This record gives sequence, C-alpha cells and structure tokens, in this order.
Amino acid sequence: MRITCPHCGERDLREFTYRGVALALDRPAPDAGAAAWDDYVHLRDNPAGMTRDLWYHSGGCGAWLVVTRDTISHDVISSELASTARRATK
Amino acid sequence: MRVDGKGLIDRDIPVEFSFDGQKYAGFQGDTVASALLANGVRLMGRSFKYHRPRGVLSAGSEEPNALITVGRGAAQTPNVRATVQEIYGGLSVRSQNSWPSLQRDVLAVNDLMSPFFSAGFYYKTFMWPRSFWEKLYEPVIRRAAGLGALSGEHDTASYDKAYGFCDLLIIGAGPAGLMAALSAGRAGADVLLVDENALPGGRLLGEDETVAGVSGPVWAAQVVAELGEMPNVRIMTRTTVTGAYDQGTYGALERSGLHMADGAGVPVETFWRIVAKRALLCAGALERPIAFANNDRPGIMTAGAVRTYLNRWGVAPGRNVSVFCNNDDAHRTARDMQAAGVNICALIDSRADANVQGDFPTFTGASVTDTKGRLGLSDICVSSQGKTQWIKADCLAISGGWNPSLHLTCHTGARPIWNDTIAAFVPVPGAVPGLDVAGAAAGVFSTKGALKSGAYRAKLMLDDLGIKAKPNPTPKSDDTPYGLTPLWAVPGKGRAWLDFQNDVTVKDVELAARENYASVEHMKRYTTQGMATDQGKSSNVGALAVLADATGRSISQTGTTTFRPPYSPVSIGAMGAGALGKGFAPERFTTSHMATLEDGAPMIEAGLWYRPSFFPKQGEKTWRQSCDREINMVRSAVGVCDVSTLGKIDIQGKDAAKLLDFVYTNMFSSLKIGRVRYGLMLREDGFVMDDGTCARLGDTHFVMTTTTAAAGEVMKHLEFATQCLHPDWDVQMNSATEHWAQFAVAGPKARDLVNAVLDTPIDNETFPFMACGLVGVSGVAGRLFRISFSGEHAYEIAVPARYGDSLFRLLCAQAGALGGGPYGMEALNVLRIEKGFITHAEIDGRVTAFDIGMGRMVSAKKDCIGKTMAARPGLVGDGREQLVGLRPVGTVKQLSAGAFLFEKGASASRENAQGHTTSVGFSPTLGHFIGLGFLKNGRARHGERIRMVDHLRDLDVICEVGDPVVYDPTGGRTRG
Amino acid sequence: MRYSALKVFTQGLTGNKGWRPVWRNPDPKPEYDIVIIGGGGHGLSTAYYLAKKHGLKNIAVLEKGYIGGGNVGRNTTIVRANYFLPGNSEFYSHSMKLWEGLSQDLNFNVMLSQRGVISLFHSDGQRDAFVRRGNAMINQGDDAVLLDRDGLQKMLPYLDYDNGRFPIYGGLLHPRGATARHDGVAWGYARGADQRGVDLIQNCEVTGIDIVGGKVTGVQTTRGAIRAKKVGIVVAGRSGQVAEMAGMRLPIESHVLQAFVSEGLKPAIDHVISFGMGHFYISQSDKGGLVFGGDLDFYASYAQRGNLPRKEQVMEAAMTLMPMIGKAKVLRSWGGIMDMTPDGSPIIDKTGTDGLFIDCGWCYGGFKAVPGSGDAFAHLIATGQPHETARGFRLDRFRTGQGIMDEEGTGSQHNLH
Repeated sequence: MRITCPHCGERDLREFTYRGVALALDRPAPDAGAAAWDDYVHLRDNPAGMTRDLWYHSGGCGAWLVVTRDTISHDVISSELASTARRATK
Repeated sequence: MRVDGKGLIDRDIPVEFSFDGQKYAGFQGDTVASALLANGVRLMGRSFKYHRPRGVLSAGSEEPNALITVGRGAAQTPNVRATVQEIYGGLSVRSQNSWPSLQRDVLAVNDLMSPFFSAGFYYKTFMWPRSFWEKLYEPVIRRAAGLGALSGEHDTASYDKAYGFCDLLIIGAGPAGLMAALSAGRAGADVLLVDENALPGGRLLGEDETVAGVSGPVWAAQVVAELGEMPNVRIMTRTTVTGAYDQGTYGALERSGLHMADGAGVPVETFWRIVAKRALLCAGALERPIAFANNDRPGIMTAGAVRTYLNRWGVAPGRNVSVFCNNDDAHRTARDMQAAGVNICALIDSRADANVQGDFPTFTGASVTDTKGRLGLSDICVSSQGKTQWIKADCLAISGGWNPSLHLTCHTGARPIWNDTIAAFVPVPGAVPGLDVAGAAAGVFSTKGALKSGAYRAKLMLDDLGIKAKPNPTPKSDDTPYGLTPLWAVPGKGRAWLDFQNDVTVKDVELAARENYASVEHMKRYTTQGMATDQGKSSNVGALAVLADATGRSISQTGTTTFRPPYSPVSIGAMGAGALGKGFAPERFTTSHMATLEDGAPMIEAGLWYRPSFFPKQGEKTWRQSCDREINMVRSAVGVCDVSTLGKIDIQGKDAAKLLDFVYTNMFSSLKIGRVRYGLMLREDGFVMDDGTCARLGDTHFVMTTTTAAAGEVMKHLEFATQCLHPDWDVQMNSATEHWAQFAVAGPKARDLVNAVLDTPIDNETFPFMACGLVGVSGVAGRLFRISFSGEHAYEIAVPARYGDSLFRLLCAQAGALGGGPYGMEALNVLRIEKGFITHAEIDGRVTAFDIGMGRMVSAKKDCIGKTMAARPGLVGDGREQLVGLRPVGTVKQLSAGAFLFEKGASASRENAQGHTTSVGFSPTLGHFIGLGFLKNGRARHGERIRMVDHLRDLDVICEVGDPVVYDPTGGRTRG
Repeated sequence: MRYSALKVFTQGLTGNKGWRPVWRNPDPKPEYDIVIIGGGGHGLSTAYYLAKKHGLKNIAVLEKGYIGGGNVGRNTTIVRANYFLPGNSEFYSHSMKLWEGLSQDLNFNVMLSQRGVISLFHSDGQRDAFVRRGNAMINQGDDAVLLDRDGLQKMLPYLDYDNGRFPIYGGLLHPRGATARHDGVAWGYARGADQRGVDLIQNCEVTGIDIVGGKVTGVQTTRGAIRAKKVGIVVAGRSGQVAEMAGMRLPIESHVLQAFVSEGLKPAIDHVISFGMGHFYISQSDKGGLVFGGDLDFYASYAQRGNLPRKEQVMEAAMTLMPMIGKAKVLRSWGGIMDMTPDGSPIIDKTGTDGLFIDCGWCYGGFKAVPGSGDAFAHLIATGQPHETARGFRLDRFRTGQGIMDEEGTGSQHNLH
C-alpha cells in the first residue's frame, strides 16, 4: 500500500503508523456524557468500503494524516493533513 | 538422450554434477532435469502420500514431481525444482521422500493401502483409544509426511533485499513481453523486464518456429540486444514476480547466485519490492495434463515440456515417444521429435475430427486408458473405437490444453472467468489496478497473437502514462489457430491422477462430491487438491472439471479457488534478508557504552537500547554482590548512572504550557521557569500511559522526559494532541533523546560530584530540589536537573551527546575520589523500589491513577486527556487492586515478581486471588526483600498479613502489606 | 453414519462407494425457533451445542458462502488456555477441556495435537510478566512450566541463542497447548449439528434483521425471509455490518491478519513457539508445512489479504529467532478479518433487542475458542443467562469500565491487541 503524504509525497506503507478512524479528531467535551465518550473511544462504524482514517507519518515528517480509503479494495483516494481536516470541522 | 544440433546449451562447456551420489555429465545451460533426462534418468522423486515413483512432468517452475534437495550442511536446500535448478560444476543434489533409496522406497507400501487412504480418511479414524492419536498415529503420520528436510543448522547464507521503481513493469520475457518492452523502451519509458528463466524468450525457446524470418531464440536474442542498449530498460532474468500488492507494489524473487558454485559475493537470492506505475503480465500459459489410469509414471510429461527439452536443451526424453492430446498444439511435439530423429510410436488425439499431419501411427477419437512400467513408463494402453492395444513407449507427451498464467491478477481478490473457447480461465479486466495482461496469459495463444498483444497492451499503458509510443509492427510469425475439445479425465477403472504431488485422484474428487464436500473450497481442503508445492498449477482446472461433472454443474458454476501469493514459493531467508542475528532490529547505544564495556559491565536490553546491568568489581562473584555494593554506594556516597535512554522531548511555543496541561493529569502552566515537575500521563481511555518529569527552561520552552519504553509512543501522542485535536495551538516539539547525553548523579555527595564538573558551583539555595537550569559543564553548555529516582539527593546532568563519553568518564573518575562510582540497572531498580517509584512493571497499561495512589494528581481545575474516561465507575473504587508495598515476614524470606496474593489460609486458586506482585528486590539498606504489588483495596490493608504464591518458582510466602515507600518516607534525603 | 477404523476398512474394500453425505443441503424453512447467522466455527459449534445440550431441534445456520469458510478455515490452528486475566482464564480453560474430548464427542477426528505452546521471553521484565501468566494459569487449574535458557535449549536446540537480536532468557511452556486440524473442526461440528436436525443453509446471505416492537422476529436473506423466535449473530469479521442491520454500533474495528504456510518438510519443529519480541509464532502441521504468522497489518480492512511490509517483518523475525528456517520456502499466504475490540477480549451477550444475541470480538484468538464460545453462546440463547465461564464477556464493559480484560495492556485502540 502506498500513501501520499502532503509534505513528503507518495510513500510506502511501512513509513506510516495507523491509528483508526478519523472520528478521533472529534473529541467530545468533558461533560458530553458517557454515551458520547463511549462512541468516541470504543464504538466504530467500521465500514466495509470508504472510510476516513488517521495515519501518522512516523517514518517521515511526523505529520498526522486523514486518508480516505476503501477497506475492501485498499484503494487510496486522497490524503490531507489532520490539522487541516480538524480546522475544517471546527 | 542428447540430440545433436538442437538446444541452446553450450556444448563447449561440459559440467559434472551428482544426483544421489552418482556423477553425471551435462552442459552449461542445462537444468538438473534436462541433464538427467539427457543421461536417461527418468525417476527423480516420490509422491507425497503413496510414494509413487515420479519423473519430471514439466520444464518449468510449476513442476510437481521432480523435487530435489540441493547441497549439504547449512546449505542444504529442500524441495528445489529439478526443472529450475541450473547445473554447475560440483553441484550435488539428491532425491527426497524415499527410504532407503529412490528405487526401493519402503513407504511405497502406502500405494498398496490406497483403498483405505482415500481422501479425508484420517477424519474418520485414529480416534480410539483417545490417547493413541498423539502417542502413535500422529507421530507416524508426521514422520511419513513432508518432502525434503531442513538441515537444522543456522542458514547463514547471504540473502539480500532491494527496491525497484519503474514506469512499466513487464512480467515475462516471452513474445508478448519482449514486444511490449521493445515498444516501451523505444518510447523512452522506464522499463523493468523481468523473467523467471535464465534466458529471455519464453515459449520461443521451446518451439521450433521462426519470427521475422529468423528462429525464435535468435529473434529473442536480437530484441534483448536492442533492449540492452537502452539506458531506460533493465532486464532481470532468473527473477520471478511472486505477488501483486496494493498501489502498484510487486514482490519479486531473484535467484541471484543459485546457479553458481561460488557466488563470489553475490547473494544467493534477492527479494525485490518493485513499485511500478503500470505493469503488464506476459507470463504465458501452463500446459495441463489429462487424467487417466496410471498417468503418473516417470516418462509421462506434458507435450510442451517434451519439445522444450528437445528444442531448448537438445534432449529427447525418450526413444519411443507417444503423444496423447485433445488439441492441435500437441501435434507439434510429434513433428519436432520426429524431425529430430526420435521414433514416434503413436499420436492419440481424443477428438474424432482431429486433423493430424505426420508420418507416424495416429489414433483419433481415441484415448490412453492405462500404462505400465514400475519405475518408468514402458507401455501405454490405447483405446480406440472399442478396441484396446498396448504400445511400447518410454515417453508419453500429454496435453489437455493450456491455462493462462493469470495468478497475479487474482492476488488482490479478483476471480478469473471461464472462457469456453479455450476451455480455460482468463483474467478479468482491471483485476489489479494498473495491471494489464497480454499474450498467452490473456488467452492469446498464437505467437503472432502474443507479439501483437504485447505491443498493443504496452501502447495502451504508455498512452495512459502520457508517454508517446510509435506503432510497433508485428513481426512475421506463426499464427496457427488453437483447436481444442475439452477432455479432463478418461473414464475407466484405476486411479487417474489430478494432483500428482499430493496424490489426488479422480476418485478422491468424486468421493468429496459424494460426501457433499461439493463447494470447490471444500473439495480442495478435503482432498488436499492444489495444496502441494506447485499450488495446483497444472491440476486445479482438471480437478474443478471433475468436480463439476460429479456435481452436475458447469465449471463456471463450480467456480475456482483463489490464487494467493506467492506465485511460486519464496525462501524465508530471502524475504527475511538482513534480519539474521542482530539485524532484526536496530541497536541503540548510549554514549557511555564503550566506557561501560571497558568497566566489564554486562549489558542488558532495554527496548532497543543497551544498558549496564551492574559494574562488577574484583572479588565479586555474583551480580547480587555488585548490586548490593552499588546500592550502598549510592545511599552512602554517590553513584553515576547513564539515563540518556529516557525519552527527551523538546517542546516550544506560546501554547506549550497549554499542551502540557492537556496531556498531563496535573498542572504545568503554573510551573515556574527553572523548575521541574513530575507528571502523569493518561491514555484517552483513562488508564496510565506514562510518567516522567518535565522541566521549564523558559516561558515557552519545556523539556519533557518519558520512560525509555514509551518515548516513541509519547512523541506520537503529543503530535496527535496538537495536530489532530488542537491544530491552532502554537506549539512544536522534537525528540531530543539522541541529542543529549544525560547522567544521574545520586547520593549524599551528589552535589560535591556535580560541582566538580560544573564551571560555576551550585548550592542548595540556588539549586533546590526540583530546580533546573542551564549550566557550564567543563566549558560545555549543558543542563542540570535536580530530580531523583533513587530517593537520594540527586541530579541529572545533560550535555550534547558528543560530550557524553568524556563526561561519563569524568564523572566516574571524580566519583571514585568521593568513594562512589557507576551503578547499573539492578541497583537502580532496587533503589526505586525502596522509594516506591513505579516503572512499566507497575503501569502495565491496566492501571489507573487511582490504582497507584495518584488519584489526587488528576487536577480538578482543568480537562486532560483521559480524565473523563478515568472517572468511569469501573476505574475507581475499593474493588480495584491498589499499589502496595510488601515484605516477607514468615519463615520464607524471599519475594518474586509475577506471584499472586491470597488471604492467609485461602487456597491459591483464581477465585481467591487478591492481587499480584510486580517488582521485587533485596534491599541491602533494610536487610530483607521488598516488593511492590497490587492488592484489592490495598491502601486500606496496610499491616495485614497475606500469602504470596509463585507456583512456577515454588514459593509460598507470608508477607506484610505496607506503604510502597519503605525508605526515607518523608523525603528528607532528597531535599538535603 | 458413524465413522470408525472398521468403516474405513470395509469401505476401502468396496471402493469407498458407500460413504454418505456429511450434511444435507436443506432449503430454508419459513420459520425456525433459532436462527444462527454465520456458518463459521463459532456458529456451527453454537448450533451443535444448542441441539446437543439443550435439546433444541428447530435451528438453522445461515451461511453466505460455504460452511467453515471464514476464519475457522484460515487460521494457524493454535489451541491454548494461557490467559491470565479473570474472565478470560476460566473461559479458555473450559474451551480447552472441550477440545480434549472433541474428536470422540463429534465422532470426527479434529487431530488435536497437544504438543505444547512455548512463549519466549527476553528480559527479566518479560520473564516476570510470563511468570504472572503462568501462575494465573495454574491458579485456574491449567498447566504451565517455567523454562530457563538451558531447559529451553534442550527442547528447542535450533533457536539462535548466541547471536539473535534479543537474547533468549527462557520460555513459558503450556504443555496442553495444541494445534488442531482447522477444517476438521468446522466439518465435525457441521456434521454433528446436521445429524441432530440443524439445517445448515449455505449460499444464504442475511440482508436484514426484522425487529418489531424491540423484539426480533426474523431475518431477510438472499434466499427469502425467514421467521425466527431468536437470532444469534456470530459472523466474526463482518460483525459490524450485520449488527448495523439491527441498528447496533459495536466496539469493533475489522483488521486483516496474515498467515503463512511453507512447503512440506520433514518434522523440524515439534511445538508451537511464540516469539513476542518479533510478533512471530510458528508450528508445523502434520503434513509438514510450517504454519506461521505475525501481527496485524494494522489498518482497518475487509480484504482477506495483506501487504508486503508485514510479510517481510514476519520472515525477518523467523530469521533472527531460528535461522535454520531460511531454506524453507513460503508456499502460500492469506489473510483473515479480525473483529478487534477495545480490550482484545470477546463479547458474548444479549443485545438491546429482545431475542437477539451476539457473539463477536474474538480478535485473532477465535479458533481456540470455537468449542467454548459455541457452548457459552448456546447456553445464553437457550437460557437467557450467561454461561458461568463467559460472564465477563459483556458488551457494556467498555462504557462502564467494569471488568475490562486487556491482556496486552495497550488500551482502547482496537488494532493494538
């Protein structure tokens, strides 16, 4: 698998560390309640198909990326900096 | 039998090799198989289950029968295809899976037992009495099973790995691949042309036909010569593309040195990771046999293989050759052999309407129904129009048609589709993104068709890449149509083999169907069809056809099993190249490593780092003596310890304090410049992630330390917290672990030692406990932190790594003058247990701040990562196991880590477990063992006596529960 | 038809013509008392124990592909009871006991081979962690032996004790640890269930779960609607999709785990060996293939295949640990879909819907759990009460934090267990 880092260009899978679904960007408020926190920390849509997930360019520039990807075909559609994606959701 | 005037071998270079101890002569360019056939050797192996005598079936890597072991000792390599291994002077190979000899194999008795060894028989028996399966049956089966043997010695051969990048990867250098390479090469594309064989040319080397007016091999050589002149084209021979992976990544195995006696510095094999913008599969096709009774004898091989041995290696695999086929292509074998002067005793074509040209006995609408010959074919039985006759033949060339080599197109999950015209599976378009298929691999079987297809498909890919290519006219070449009428299995009694190596017969597949193992996957798994070393390359389609017939379905309804990587087996040594010994993971050395080794300290691994266990002094016989001395030294004078392995993260920016408040449970924004604070870090699920100290060097500048183990994880965590959760904060961080050498100086004389190396001395007022600052260390700009992991008055002194070695030596020398010296991990561990300080032995990922008694460190004034989840009902409360100190108070005076805690008198069972021990050590300061552990509601149980049981170490100890801190609980020594 | 040595003999004499189908091919009935979604190892064993232990007859197992085609047919066949956290310990201990009589119970040889599982350790800290594990195993009534370096060297002389990257300090031996013939387990349970009247319906994909007034009433399938009083979901890697049909969001992320088999070789490795520092484990099958694997590929995936970096890492671990393996050749590699939970431990529980039950989250340890999980899930479905050995496998433990069983200690990141 190859992923394009916005800083470094297209790189091999082995340079990246996977975190999980990009839901991790949307941290609930401390008082959001047990259900919201359970949703955030544990529960997953776990789609068979398109997903947006978080990768860390650990063997490269250290950027966190949001990668749009297909979990069945392993097609990689796009990637962007997590900081950009996070700012866009705020 | 060698045939004069044929073949691409170099007859000027004779080569001697041995097989089963017998010496044979061949020529440069021979494989073991071609050379043995040239010497009249047909018997080369034994089958897996029935130990049937076997000879070569094929002339390539798909070979199921002729597997041999090459070399001896550590170089012993089992299961090598005799059809692939090239001979060289001194090569020693031997047969396998037979005892005492290939000719007389005791386990051939299995063949007589075959009625009872039908498919899956072992699921139905060997169950009584119960213990007999493991004691008797299984050991017998295990010994009988397997093919070749590993030597059991370390394989220290040189393997290598490499990366390759290209615009266009062309897999296979037959007619299609060569044309594709020519088109792409001339267009200036960056081309990688890869072929499994020693010589490029593919089927052209095995046929007697002309391309562009010259013989096939000559044309191929001309093309290769032209390609060789192009700087943008690289040709790799002896290289098999083994797998197709995501985003144009391919694995390939190069047999770099396996064809040479002495690699002379060349690795035996190289595993390639190739990244290609586009790839073209031109892997050709594999011929399939026909199933009929006793179709597995040495001397029976595919028709294409027979003429390949003739045309490529100048070998006639027999003196009396017969051909049995269902297609026109196989007729070439009879023609080529006859032209070379070999007797063709019969051509049997199953098609009644077959048009056979040639001056030899011909049977149409006929079939071979049986064969004779114990260790090699002697006779074939031909049934024609109701009559049968036995015909003398020492070689039978069989062809049931050809299967496109589409394996790679299935590696990412696509299934091929059935094509009735050629009665074979063909690849689905777009099966692997970026991969196209040309030539016979796509079902285009004529030479002309393959040439044209290669050029055409290459042009499409170049267009796609925006590379302009001129049209490449197809050279004049053979375009005979491929006529075939499917014939999978000849009806009749007797066993007819499908999977030769695994001894799967038509009857086995029919039995699977009868027992309703009717799905193709069930059949495969029940009969082991296609699970041998050749992965059913020549047998799967035939078996499917038999299953389809037995279950009344068409082949396309029956479906096929998946081809999975690798295309052909890859040695673990090649794919694991570089990892032998220490190569598996990087080794990290501290700057004091050399000085420490000079001191004779044994090193132990700490993650990827090496740290000293202890520093033995003359007269000390055990590690405990050294450890006890070092502890006493720290408690009474001063000790020096390299702590550089702890993670150091430099954090800067206007919002640096905000970040620390967010990742630590306690407050850091209130930390004064020039001060250090201990911090506890949680994961978002509320459990403890790591702990350490963080120093404020300036208003916007902090240096965080992490544990050695969690340094990388914490760095990632901080980057996550900023980039993903708070991208608008102005804060940057960098790992500075390797940049600074840092040494702990601990003991009552710590300040004396520190002052001995500082440019400007410090005192308790200017540099109290938990102070930090920039200092000059013998003229070098360094940092000083007054922190303690030993409970003593202590400092950590840091200098840029390049000064680490000399500072360590200086500190040790100065410490010696003060009655101190270096100390190792063993002492460090006991010192911290005495003080109740935790490490990852305690914070093992399952404990909370509450559990370790640091619940109050979770600030109520702010949010932090993990705070909300740490408040879940299950993460707090008396039911949880809490950190306690332990000491033995009964007759047994020892403690151990990993033991369980029980109430006195309770039996040591899971239901009664109250907790466990995590860290123990002998405290020379206190004169007894001390330990840390977790005990249910432990903080309320100080003073209670409990039972510690370590079943594995046979320890049963009465302990008293107490506070984790057993040395200087008020901390006076640290501040002093 | 009962299997026996005599039967193999008499059938052999008569051309093996008399063997009967191992299971029927029934068409789905309009209604069942219990529908089990998923014809993998856990689904088949659930159906078997529902019929055998609870005397229930009117049961269907719905399988979208072929029986035993999921993870039960694509694993590395290891059976062990070497867990150390309460909740897991008693369950795997129970499962192991079921394994030990399984061939006889099923009248189908699953070829359980108790050759011993050895977990290596490479530092004092790791040794102490394994000692804790071994002590927990003995507390539970299972077996564990601590091997020092010399003891280990006698059993596994071929490891690289001198030059390996991580020095070998010793190992924890679990003598009853075993391998088994994976397909045989699926087929044995399928045959046993079929013989007890369970309808095994292949090529029948569930497309919807019918719920009326908070109670399950049946399922929609590619072979029509089927009414059911109770429905059990036990679909491993596809748990998320099937649960979604019932409006549930699970604490599960699906990941791919690769496994490898070498060409057949004469016996070279007599145990199951686990090399934690290299995330590598290996055993040798009765056929002679070395069966081995490593860690997850680490990214969420439903493709039953992996990528090169993990493959290479696995081979590299093999080479540093046991360099003799260099000349063995990898024959085939494949991937299975693992339903990873936030603590690495499974779920067997009721759902918010009446009559709907779920058994999932086996991460990459589902094979050894096949008998225990089937027994526990059958008990839950039949009685409405959790089985005594599976009380810890609650769905709500993540929300409450009560009874989290995190053997790896890696926390709520699904792929790190």
